[in-house]
Amino acid sequence: MAEKKIVDGRGSFCPGPLMELIVALKSSQIGDVLEVLSTDKGSANDIPEWINKVGHEYISTTEADGVWHITMRKTK
Amino acid sequence: MSASKICVVVVSGSLERLQMAAMVASVGAVSGQEVMVFLSMNALPYFVKGNTSKAPHEGEMGRLMATKKVPEFKTLFEQAVELGDAKIYPCSMAMDILGVEQDGLENYLQKATGLTKFLHDAQDGQVWTF
Repeated sequence: MAEKKIVDGRGSFCPGPLMELIVALKSSQIGDVLEVLSTDKGSANDIPEWINKVGHEYISTTEADGVWHITMRKTK
Repeated sequence: MSASKICVVVVSGSLERLQMAAMVASVGAVSGQEVMVFLSMNALPYFVKGNTSKAPHEGEMGRLMATKKVPEFKTLFEQAVELGDAKIYPCSMAMDILGVEQDGLENYLQKATGLTKFLHDAQDGQVWTF
């Protein structure tokens, strides 16, 4: 059963949130959905680039109250 | 594996340069690129076990970085190895000058390497110098 995991990278600067996402991916299953929370705008731009480059499924980015939510699905 | 290997040469002991080198190495490695790092000159002492001294900043960015939650450069280098399979080589000449042996360096470093081998391994890669 696919899970949804929250990766809380709030307060950390680039590339901290990306690294936290990668750590979380290591312990995730294919099909799991991960949502990264980041207060760093650079990471909000950079993490989707990484997801696309590496070949996972990028789902969405939204922003609310200064926090970016970047959502992806692990595909491999 | 992406086309060109990333070879990072770090000789500076300044916070900004160590940070940027660590970012290139870690992000490159976790993006599927082959990464090798060569640590020499003023960069190497920070990788001696037990050395807790802080790298001095060169300018305003480094001063500001130290006040914010920026990942530490040593953490990023270690993550480059653990998450991205980067290889970090301590310069054998710098080790001789410092008088440090392999077991005195952080465990995530590879065995001491000389310039001849590094240059040979780097000849088909892109070289980034900090």
